[in-house]
Amino acid sequence: MLWGVVQFPGSCDERDALHACELSGEARLVWHEERDLGGIDAIVVPGGFSYGDYLRAGAIARFSPAMEAVAEFAAAGGPVLGICNGFQVLCETGLLPGALLLNESMRFTCRQVDLLAEAFSPLEGGKSFSEPVETLSIPAKHGEGRYWAPEKTLDELEASGQVAFRYAPGQNPNGSARDIAGVRNAAGNVLGLMPHPEHAVDAMTGSTNGLKVFEAVAAGALA
Amino acid sequence: MAKARVLIRPKEGILDPQGKAVERALPALGFEGVGHVRVGRMVELEADDPARLPELCEKLLANPLIEDYEIESIDGA
Repeated sequence: MLWGVVQFPGSCDERDALHACELSGEARLVWHEERDLGGIDAIVVPGGFSYGDYLRAGAIARFSPAMEAVAEFAAAGGPVLGICNGFQVLCETGLLPGALLLNESMRFTCRQVDLLAEAFSPLEGGKSFSEPVETLSIPAKHGEGRYWAPEKTLDELEASGQVAFRYAPGQNPNGSARDIAGVRNAAGNVLGLMPHPEHAVDAMTGSTNGLKVFEAVAAGALA
Repeated sequence: MAKARVLIRPKEGILDPQGKAVERALPALGFEGVGHVRVGRMVELEADDPARLPELCEKLLANPLIEDYEIESIDGA
C-alpha cells in the first residue's frame, strides 16, 4: 500500500498527512509539478493554503500538473481523500459536488468537533461506518469551510448516501448546509471533508479517531 | 490588447457574511438606510483575445456554482 500526499506551495498539513498514511502503509510526497503517480494506490490532497489560496481557496491548485494527474487517477477509480484545503481543491476541480464558502461567523475556527460518520461506505469495496453511526472526535480548523450546494443537489447527495460526515448537532462550526462536514462522489472513490483526521491519529493529541478515516480509504484502495 | 474589467459577486440567495458585516457596521458610523450589501471581487486585465474572456471567467476567475460575473470592456478609458 503506497500513499501519495500532494504538496503544493502553501500546503501546511502534508507532513501530518504523511505520518497518518505511514501508520497504514508507505507514503511519499507528490510535488505539485509531478505528473507521474505510478505505483501509488491512494492519494491524499492535504490541508493548507495552496498557492496562497489566491482568488478562491483551491482555485489555482486545480490547474497544477499533480491535480491533472489526480483527476485522471480518480476517473480511473483510484481512491482520493481531500482534507480541508484538499476538499476545497477537489470541489474546485469538479471531482466533488458543491463549494466551500467563508465561514458564517467570518472567523477562522479551530476546535475539536464530533463528526457523525453516517451511511459512510467510503470507497467501493471499503469498510463501512454506517451501522451503527459512529461518532469521530476530530479537530476542525478553517476560515472557509461552509459547505454549500443547491438544495436539489443536497437532496440528491442525501438520497444517494453521498453525505459521508455531518457535524454533531450543535457543533456545526461554519454554517455548513445541513451540517455537512464531508461528502463523497457518486462512484464512491473520492472523499472530502473539512475536519482533519490526520491531526487525530495519536493519543497524545487527544483522539485517534482520525485513523479510521485513513483505514477506510486504505481498505478501499486494497479492495 | 483589449482592457477589460471582470466583476464577480456571490449569487443571489447565497449568504454573504462579508456583505452582512459591512451592512451591520454602517449604522454605527451614521449611515442609516443602506441594505442588501454584497461584497464581491473586481479583476482588471488586458487580453489579446477578449473573445476568450467568458471561458476564462468560467474556468478560473469565478466559480459559476456560487458566483455571477460580468465582463466590461474598458477600452478607450
